[in-house]
Amino acid sequence: MNRQPRQSISLDVNGTTASFTIDDPTIPLLYALRDDLGLHGPRFGCGLGQCGACTVLLDGSAIRSCVFPAVNAVGHRVVTLEGLGTPEKPHPLQQAFIDEQAVQCGYCINGMIMQAAALISSNKNPTYEQIKQALAYNLCRCGTHLRIVRAVRRACCGA
Amino acid sequence: MNAISLPPSLSRREILKIGGLIVGFALPMRLTTAGNTTDTAAADIPKVLAPDRVEGFLAIDRHGNVTVFSGKVDLGTGVRTAMTQIAAEELDVPMAHVNVIQGDTLLTPDQGPTYGSLSIQNGGVQIRLAAATARRALLRKAAQRLNVDEHELTVDAGVVKPRHGDASVRYGELIGGGTLALGLDQDAPLKDPNSYAVVGRSQPRLDIPDKVTGRFTYMQDFRVEGMVHGRVVRPPAIGATLLSVDPDSVSHVPGLIKVVRRKDFLAVVARTEWGAISAARQLKARWSDWQGLPDEDRIWDYVRATKIVRDDVTSNRGNVEAALAAADRRLSSTYDFAIHTHGSIGPSCAVAAFEGGKLTCWSASQATHNLRQQLALMFGMSDADVRAIYLDGSGCYGRNGHEDAAADAALLARDVDRPVRVQWMRADEHGWDPKGPPTLIDMQAALDASGNVSAWYSQFYGPDGVAGKVKLVAAELAGMPHETAMSPGGIIAGTAVPYTFTNVKTLAHRLVTTPLRPSWIRSPGRMQSGFANEAFLDEIAVAANTDPFELRRRYLADDARAIAVLERLAQFAHWQKRSIERKAGGSTATGRGMAFIKYENNRTYVGMVATVDVVRATGVIAAKHFAVVQDSGQIINPDGVKNQIEGNVVQTVSRTLIERVRFDRSRVTSVDWQTYPILTFPDAPEIEMELIDRPHEKPWGVGEPSAAIVSAAISNAVFDAVGIRLRSVPFTPDKVLAALKT
Repeated sequence: MNRQPRQSISLDVNGTTASFTIDDPTIPLLYALRDDLGLHGPRFGCGLGQCGACTVLLDGSAIRSCVFPAVNAVGHRVVTLEGLGTPEKPHPLQQAFIDEQAVQCGYCINGMIMQAAALISSNKNPTYEQIKQALAYNLCRCGTHLRIVRAVRRACCGA
Repeated sequence: MNAISLPPSLSRREILKIGGLIVGFALPMRLTTAGNTTDTAAADIPKVLAPDRVEGFLAIDRHGNVTVFSGKVDLGTGVRTAMTQIAAEELDVPMAHVNVIQGDTLLTPDQGPTYGSLSIQNGGVQIRLAAATARRALLRKAAQRLNVDEHELTVDAGVVKPRHGDASVRYGELIGGGTLALGLDQDAPLKDPNSYAVVGRSQPRLDIPDKVTGRFTYMQDFRVEGMVHGRVVRPPAIGATLLSVDPDSVSHVPGLIKVVRRKDFLAVVARTEWGAISAARQLKARWSDWQGLPDEDRIWDYVRATKIVRDDVTSNRGNVEAALAAADRRLSSTYDFAIHTHGSIGPSCAVAAFEGGKLTCWSASQATHNLRQQLALMFGMSDADVRAIYLDGSGCYGRNGHEDAAADAALLARDVDRPVRVQWMRADEHGWDPKGPPTLIDMQAALDASGNVSAWYSQFYGPDGVAGKVKLVAAELAGMPHETAMSPGGIIAGTAVPYTFTNVKTLAHRLVTTPLRPSWIRSPGRMQSGFANEAFLDEIAVAANTDPFELRRRYLADDARAIAVLERLAQFAHWQKRSIERKAGGSTATGRGMAFIKYENNRTYVGMVATVDVVRATGVIAAKHFAVVQDSGQIINPDGVKNQIEGNVVQTVSRTLIERVRFDRSRVTSVDWQTYPILTFPDAPEIEMELIDRPHEKPWGVGEPSAAIVSAAISNAVFDAVGIRLRSVPFTPDKVLAALKT
């Protein structure tokens, strides 16, 4: 096999343009975000699109960045957990997760918040059941499910 | 648009700033006492590690900032926040002035691994005593300084002043630039819990704002300068030997640095993470055949046939054999509990660096002090030349793969002579983390003519060994020195029961081997025993036509706290005495079951009532609701305790209804979330709970006890719903349907 040519790509991540070089066109977006851009929000959980820890928003839709080629994100808006808010100025979902203390280890929480952000953009007032269905393919091992659902509901509809 | 600013990677020669403390990084490590930038007296001193010294656990700088050095670590349980509360409370300083450094072998005392629901019960209590000792010493200094009686002094936010008068002095002034060189005083006066302002109240977890915004640095996020990426290539069969490897098969991979082989240990190292993943996937290697695992379909025959190396009698009262022989009625049942994996959402990860003949390893290990010893053994180094540093990882429920990833990273770092990060892939974690071993329990009991339990006899079958050090995969594959004994954890600690039956014998048959490398997973052995004990007691209650609460109260009459939990639970759950009549008809049947535990017979009490639905046609069980009452003594952070109970219940519902490690004769075959599914949101139960706070009692563990009886509560509820006894975890639909047909 031939060596892959290095190529420079530019991504719109959290409202800013990030340019970096890749040496393999199949590199998933997750590794570009984490290793080239140094972001911590999207997390490696399975690399198979099964657990949701790597979820980011692509033009507002939740995608699994561990199986989504970085080059396919060119020309689209990528938003990560960092792009929603900061500890000083959290997004309402992030604030709701703080208010509900909806974290144990927190490793899966990126996926929960990003998936919920996608849900809320299309459904401003989801029921508990709709939230559970929306998060049905996001895995949590610590058993924080009840708090997570309450947090999403709080973000939409108040305490 | 602005360019994204890259977070700086940590230079190996720079300093690692943790909280208010600056800790030198390059080995040999030195601790500076500089509290912050205005503190110039940054004298290099070796950190005291003795667990009988105040300065082992605490440092207070001249500004009054407190650093707690905790050997116990926060595995996602909130321990960091709870330790902060304890120190802040006992010293009377704001929580914001307290930083906690965890699990760094150069800085923190060895308080034992973070397991067994002991972080607060043991670790927190030590830190409390250190704080109380420090407080008394500071008050004595203040009394001299202010020329008043020590007992006239009060402390508010680290400022000491007499009850009357304007004079005051700050902790920081009393310390100056010095240290608190004090022995831990077992008689140091502890604050009266009635005066607590911080402990006993729900305090928001300190780590959550960073964790929900991507600012937190998990182990998996940690980087050091010059670091490269490793991926392991495990044998396709557990005991296979590596016959040959073809490095040319990956020479085209961009950024490849090296294919590393040492005996059966195989790995790749690349400049980029994706390069390492690509190379690991494409590397061609030939392995020998190996089929040393037993037939999964006959696992219980295998366990029963495994050689017993020792019998541990965990309780023995009266004469069980005679009582069984003389009994009017005898009951016997066998319970089994499948092999489980930890299933941390983030696979194990570590970074290791060799420099000047010394090894530094960053790991999410629950036992960095043990890990240091294991790495030293593996590489033939002295413990002093290895430093293991804890960083929070993905949730850890026992000894998972973190230590193994650390050994992988260290082996590669030595080989390529630069810092290496090893991130396990999903299949590495599911396939190679050590497992909760298969457990079989034979139960026997006798009832006398009055329906009293005249004999209780249990025989537990589990692997030999204790909670020692689980052998490192890399050391074994590479043929380097490693432990040989099995370490399944303290799996027999839950075999004895708190009930005052006249004749009791509980016996653990310790097995010479078990199919997959064992370790402890949340409530190890106690979950299996809790299942068998509490489900079997429900069988007895039905046979004796006695309400299960009433039966338990009868044999716990001398234990007021147990009785209190049972009474609160019956009330809280609106328990109605069980009708022994089977409920007729209906495609979905609803039932309720209760279970109780006094954890290890000497601490935390939990009772719970589960409500389940059973769909008769499909055999599917839905765990709908749990009512839980717990007495864990003094509560440090009520919301933290509730979070742990919720996690215990939800995780154990998953383990009970769904989970089972699958394997063929060569390997684990459940290597992702499709082949090892866990509970998802639509199936999570509702949970309500009541905590009995006893602020004047000792604080007991909460991270495990409630998990230990979830399986029994569900089994008992299923019996209530449809009249079948589920004695084999997981309670999968095929088992339910088979039981319904008989």
